[in-house]
Amino acid sequence: MSNKPKIIVTNLTKAFYKKQGSVTALDDITLTINEGEFVCLVGPSGCGKTTLLRILAGLENPSIGDFTIATDNEDRPLQSMVFQERGIIPWLTVEENVAFGLKMRHMPKKVIKERTAYYLKKTGLDKFSSLYPKELSGGMKQRVSIARAFANDPEILLMDEPFAALDEQNKFILQAELLSIWEETGKTVLFITHSIDEALLLGDRILLMSSQPGKIIREINVEMPRPRRIEDIREDSVMAAQFIEIWHHLQEEVQRSRREED
Amino acid sequence: MEDTKSHYSPFEIEQREWKKRQRNERMKQMLTIASPVFLLLLWEFLSRTGLIDIRFFPPPSAIVSTFFSLIASGEIVSHIGISMYRIFAGFLLGVIPGVIIGLLMGLYSPVRHFVSPIVMALMPIPTLALLPIIIIIFGIGDMSKVVTIAGSVFFPVVINTVAGVINIDKIYLDVAKNYGAGRVNFFLKIALPGALPVMLEGIQMGQAIALLTIVAAEMMGATSGIGYLIWTSYKAFLLQEMYVGLILISFFGYLFSILLRGIQKKMLPWR
Repeated sequence: MSNKPKIIVTNLTKAFYKKQGSVTALDDITLTINEGEFVCLVGPSGCGKTTLLRILAGLENPSIGDFTIATDNEDRPLQSMVFQERGIIPWLTVEENVAFGLKMRHMPKKVIKERTAYYLKKTGLDKFSSLYPKELSGGMKQRVSIARAFANDPEILLMDEPFAALDEQNKFILQAELLSIWEETGKTVLFITHSIDEALLLGDRILLMSSQPGKIIREINVEMPRPRRIEDIREDSVMAAQFIEIWHHLQEEVQRSRREED
Repeated sequence: MEDTKSHYSPFEIEQREWKKRQRNERMKQMLTIASPVFLLLLWEFLSRTGLIDIRFFPPPSAIVSTFFSLIASGEIVSHIGISMYRIFAGFLLGVIPGVIIGLLMGLYSPVRHFVSPIVMALMPIPTLALLPIIIIIFGIGDMSKVVTIAGSVFFPVVINTVAGVINIDKIYLDVAKNYGAGRVNFFLKIALPGALPVMLEGIQMGQAIALLTIVAAEMMGATSGIGYLIWTSYKAFLLQEMYVGLILISFFGYLFSILLRGIQKKMLPWR
């Protein structure tokens, strides 16, 4: 990880206009993420974390403010997103799904073939490459989604709760696999989750968000060296304190929003 | 406690269950075959014993022998051929513009908003009600029948194609945008395959409507075809010939359905 800023968000605000009551999803967000950093964005549901990710992904425009993603290589796409569970395309085979971004950008056939094959193997999908997604388990589907994003070789990776729908055991396995690919490629990652354990296990830094208006209210550096194991996280006193800190914050947020609804 | 099943192994017990399920499956298949056979036998019996009027309901065996003598005389073959030609031509003339216009409407919302009131207004008018005008314009020959069928097939295909495109899960549009799909790739990799399942349902419906339409159109204004055979046989009180026509329509309807289902399976391996 270097200290070179990779993602810079400045005074970014996003409001949604509705006839009955407009909502400020993001309120004056300013943040910097360094190259190679793995940052987890944690907050209660509906706090605007997905909106922030969608803006960075180019799927939504900010109302006010700006963001920049530093480019190292002109041939690379700016970002690739790992979507929630339904993000892989059912009428394409596993291989076609992984090759999707490369094909859309009209890369040379040879490059597409090599890179697709590499990430299929890396994620253990090479045996399933000609299957359609309906034949895959939930964990396998998310592997396709991750392989597709990494094969696309973007400047940064955006992940929208990719493991939320998986069972605990599968989640641990995929988290470990993701970290191993991340360490190999050194990509900058912005990862949304509502699981505190997941954030502590994966992140270099954790950003806590509050809802309505969506603001980043605290930043936690996770100093624990990698590789981290869930047992270590449970036993380590600093990590335990951080867990409780985040837990309290989320509790407060949920209760506050409930009071506001009443 | 005494175990009554102790002298059976668990596999034996499961095997007996499995055999029972197999028997059940065979039984269901038998029932499916049995129902038409039963109906034909009942018809044959009632007709031969005079319990139903043999003039209106000739026994199936007599219909079958009429069918063979019509084939032998060669008369029916040309009727079938001409009807098949009209069905295929009309079907294609309805499906192809239906798919193209449906895709345009689904992909471009201004087109959809402009065209859909016209489609909605024209759809409830039975094409058969327009047959007199169609005959005036296209003549008494094949073309008027082809156009009538095309008109009937067009609507379900258009409506299903539009529905197919606009109901594609939004997340796939996000994926396409995020991964930088251009116009052509978006159409070929997302819109077309995503719309295909609902579109093919529309085409299946169109096929059924084509058969309904051909008979009626040939009864009203034609000098050949299966519908014409049915109508002239009825007017001449040749009911056995009329039944041959009816059974042919039923047969072809069934055949086309199976064919289209097969094509559907081939085109949608991912379903």
